[in-house]
Amino acid sequence: MTMAQSAVAEAPPPPVRRWTRQRIVGHALVGLWALAGLGLVYFLISGWNPPLFERWAPAYLSGLGVTLKLVLISSVVGALLSLPVAYARMSRNRFLSALAYGYVYFFRGTPLLAQTFLIYYGLGSFRPQLQAVGLWDFFREGFNCAVLAFSLNTAAYQAEILRGAIQSVPRGQWEAGAALGLHRLQILRKIILPQALIVALRPYGNEIILMIKASAIVALVTVLDLMGQTRLAFSRSFDYQTYIWAALIYLALVESLRHGVEWIERRITRHLIR
Amino acid sequence: MPSKWTLLSWGPEGWLDDIFQGVFITVSLAAATLPLGLAIGFFVALAKKSEEPSLKLAGDIYTTIFRGLPELLTLFLVYYGAQIGLQNVIRLFRPEASVEVNSFVSGMVALGVVFSSYASEVFLSAFRAIPRGQYEGGYSIGLSRGQTMRLVIMPQLIRVALPGLANLWLILLKDTALVSAIGLSDILRQSGIAARVTREAFLFFGVASLLYLVLAIISSVGIRAVERAVSQSEAR
Repeated sequence: MTMAQSAVAEAPPPPVRRWTRQRIVGHALVGLWALAGLGLVYFLISGWNPPLFERWAPAYLSGLGVTLKLVLISSVVGALLSLPVAYARMSRNRFLSALAYGYVYFFRGTPLLAQTFLIYYGLGSFRPQLQAVGLWDFFREGFNCAVLAFSLNTAAYQAEILRGAIQSVPRGQWEAGAALGLHRLQILRKIILPQALIVALRPYGNEIILMIKASAIVALVTVLDLMGQTRLAFSRSFDYQTYIWAALIYLALVESLRHGVEWIERRITRHLIR
Repeated sequence: MPSKWTLLSWGPEGWLDDIFQGVFITVSLAAATLPLGLAIGFFVALAKKSEEPSLKLAGDIYTTIFRGLPELLTLFLVYYGAQIGLQNVIRLFRPEASVEVNSFVSGMVALGVVFSSYASEVFLSAFRAIPRGQYEGGYSIGLSRGQTMRLVIMPQLIRVALPGLANLWLILLKDTALVSAIGLSDILRQSGIAARVTREAFLFFGVASLLYLVLAIISSVGIRAVERAVSQSEAR
């Protein structure tokens, strides 16, 4: 046998993939999921009910609109509210930071549903006072109360996200900015925030996803969001399909948002990949 | 009209005893859900960290579904789904039967699957924090796979996963409030009844919120104690 012959020796055959226990269990589980999916499709097709669909499809769409509007308004208002809270939380003033800590602790420590009830039903206890300042008509609407509750709630979470992100930027960045003679606000805007927001993107995305999921509870305070319409449709028709449709819509919404956030994150961290 | 202190007293005039029954339900629901969620979450994490692609896929589907659905919707899906499903099964035998599903069990299952899908992520990242050498060390002294997992990996895993799991426990405690929507008499439902009867909604929902806050504070104290106990066993 010459050297040349051995150099062109064939590659070893690929290792045989044996049916280990893990592989069997894995295939069985995936098969189970596939079966569940097929069962779902069969259930939806066999129970397909055109009058039901025609009756509720527009309602679901408007419900989806309400959900999105609620989340959008509350996250913007919450973001604005979170600025002073985060500022107070980081301030050296003991009183101010304790106040902000209390705010954050309360809204993160109690269920959003309890907060929503507290505002929606609880403000009714102050009806004369509210009427006196002309806010009663505003707070009689379930939607407005929900927006208020969600904004206050997400402000607490967003303040923590913001604080964590800003504090994740090393102190040296502040000092370097100061050494260049920049004003504190200038440093914050031009040096700190661009770095902090990269850190904050994923938590912010998660917060919005959590809000979309949490927004289902406003159905319990008479708001006809996607969940509210679903409950209405189910109570009228007693057709389980109504819940399945809602589940599919919510899943699609959350998944596309999650992938969107991941895509943005990949894009804005391109300069960090070596 | 009775004063607010009378309303908040213990006994037939006041509502405090009723609300405390709600506290009991809330705490026992959360406590019953925890082991269920931890167990499922652990096995899902095992599936997701496995090298077998089909097992990983099955685990990923589980997490994607139950992390993507709103908790309230999951609860309704379980509650009404079980009701309709069982009804159809039982009607095969007894056509006139009607089924009432226990809302405690439905709440436990729904919150359990949600909890487990988040817990599986916590366990997964904890698994990644444990070096391969730990497994190899276990095998090299003759332990079986199960023994290695139980005696070598688990004690370290718990230490790494504890902060994440503690966080999930606090979220679970808050999520139990949702079961009031399917008629379980937890804190929120009991205070809601009190609020409706007495027309003191702000007072009673305020009390409910404070009770949740107190539960969270007690939990944090407990968590800190557990963390201290676990970190003491750490080899130095």
